[in-house]
Amino acid sequence: MKNNIRFVQGNEACVEGALYAGLNFFAGYPITPSTEIAEALSGRLPKMGGKFIQMEDEIASMCAIIGASLTGHKVMTATSGPGFSLKQEAIGYACMAEIPCVIANVQRGGPSTGNPTHVSQGDANQARWGTHGDHGIIALTASNHQDIFSITVDAFNMAETYRTPVILLLDEAIGHLREKLEIPEHGSQPIVDRLRTSVGKGVDYHPYLAREDGRLPMSDFGDVHRYNVTGLFHDMWGFPSNNPTVVYELLHHLVDKIDNNVHAITRFKEHFLDDADYILISYGSSARSAIHLAKQRRNRGEKIGVLELQSIWPFPTAMVREKCARAKAVVVVEMNMGQIMAQVKSSVDKPENVFLANRIDGKLITPTDIKQLLRVIQGRGV
Amino acid sequence: MWCPGCGHGIVLNSLIRAIEELKLDKNDIVMTSGIGCSARISGYVDFHSLHTLHGRALAFATGVKLSKPSLNLIVPMGDGDALAIGGNHFIHAARRNINITAIVMNNRIYGMTGGQFSPLSGCGKKATTAPYLTIDQEFDVVKLASAAGASFVARSTTYHAKEATQYLKKAIEHKGFSVVEILSQCPTHYGRKNKEGDAPDMLEIYKDTTGKLGSKALEKNPDLIPRGIFVEEERKEYCEEYGKLVEKAMGGAR
Repeated sequence: MKNNIRFVQGNEACVEGALYAGLNFFAGYPITPSTEIAEALSGRLPKMGGKFIQMEDEIASMCAIIGASLTGHKVMTATSGPGFSLKQEAIGYACMAEIPCVIANVQRGGPSTGNPTHVSQGDANQARWGTHGDHGIIALTASNHQDIFSITVDAFNMAETYRTPVILLLDEAIGHLREKLEIPEHGSQPIVDRLRTSVGKGVDYHPYLAREDGRLPMSDFGDVHRYNVTGLFHDMWGFPSNNPTVVYELLHHLVDKIDNNVHAITRFKEHFLDDADYILISYGSSARSAIHLAKQRRNRGEKIGVLELQSIWPFPTAMVREKCARAKAVVVVEMNMGQIMAQVKSSVDKPENVFLANRIDGKLITPTDIKQLLRVIQGRGV
Repeated sequence: MWCPGCGHGIVLNSLIRAIEELKLDKNDIVMTSGIGCSARISGYVDFHSLHTLHGRALAFATGVKLSKPSLNLIVPMGDGDALAIGGNHFIHAARRNINITAIVMNNRIYGMTGGQFSPLSGCGKKATTAPYLTIDQEFDVVKLASAAGASFVARSTTYHAKEATQYLKKAIEHKGFSVVEILSQCPTHYGRKNKEGDAPDMLEIYKDTTGKLGSKALEKNPDLIPRGIFVEEERKEYCEEYGKLVEKAMGGAR
């Protein structure tokens, strides 16, 4: 019908979203199950005058996109578990130096080499705390290709808005699943361009002096303002400092700029939630099974709904508490040992009513898996 | 930042003179460094400066350069940045022949952490992690860079500061990946532990134990460390080739 409708993999939906958002520099290293992102961009970027480079390793890929971001480009890399581990030091650098960038992690089973071709959601906590030291971070996810597209655009927008790395937490099942994607018209989803300084040549520019609204306008490398970028604690000029006041204020800024904006960053979807006695909380590919089950049980008159998280970090504590306030039980559906369940438990008023429905064997969790646990919770036997 | 007698200030001097003589616009220069004594060089200059992670300076620099090829990338590194933790990036930057100038400030020691041996220390040296003397062979920076594909490779020392300036000028002007190794004394850690004396004594050693390529001294005594320009060739440069690739891709898209 129209040429803006595609039948694609989730990884390709991510590529389309990234290009829509203005991606023009990608550096990567092949790793299953994210490789299709690099493959697609090696063809697409040069056609638009953008740059694609296959680096010598995962670490170099992360470093290269940070370098390219500093010249004013929108940048991304893509990886999976082992590569995500390797990138952590440089992700911390991007947090500290406040450099916008997007990291897609198409999750596979871990730890270590783990289960390369099978699904997992075991990197939720690593996305939060993979790099050392206190810091704020944003991690987004989605359960279908249309949402992968729009959340990828959101990822680039948030990276620019908050000057931070944003992690796109996809997974093997959604990354490799093929379904319809309708690419929206340009302009139908807002795009945040980089905020550049209005300070002119010859006037002091302070790269790390926040405006009243907390944002820090940037100046591209090669432009008229020369300044220092470092992973050390630094003052408003970007020069290293171990002055206790400078250290304290910068660390607070790095955490607060994300945590104080949790309401603006939070993304979620509600499915049959209004009168739900039982709430399934899920995200990524496991949310598909949760939604499927909820639809089935609704047909039988059960009051069950799904709260689908599309932003994992900063964790939307207040929103989750509010949505779960009236629930008899909350079941967190995920493919790990309860990483997000722990967050939900600490968010709600009655943590004893929070349960885990999970699979950790490399198989996609099914509606039947969730149903069985639900029967136990509801006292209907196994 | 640097200890009294450290050679790194002389390297900075040679580099600044080279840039001054080339009349480069400061806005066109990005100095990218890693972590270590050498890496703090980026804090002394009025260029765009990017002080990065240990060993990763060349990977960051590759991103800067490819995203904006009009910029001049200068990447000073120490033993660890260039050839230990950063060794992989070094050989791959050389293989790509990307237009970046790498300066290896070789002081044969890890200074910032207090005097541990490095992959450039060589055998029989004393270090805080080699109380019984090192048994590790060292890299020959010139041979490694040449073999990996660098299209400009030179070596000088802090004793030969004017010569180093000339090599740095050529390296910066060279189109492709250029490597200049500059032997730089560390009297605080290497010199003291290995009984090489203080800074002037160590500079004398550079004078006495090196010989210029083509010189009679080097011919007579092949044990001297050769100085000079070892490789200077015109080869396909990465960013230029990428530009051609973009043209091809855009043409294909009609």
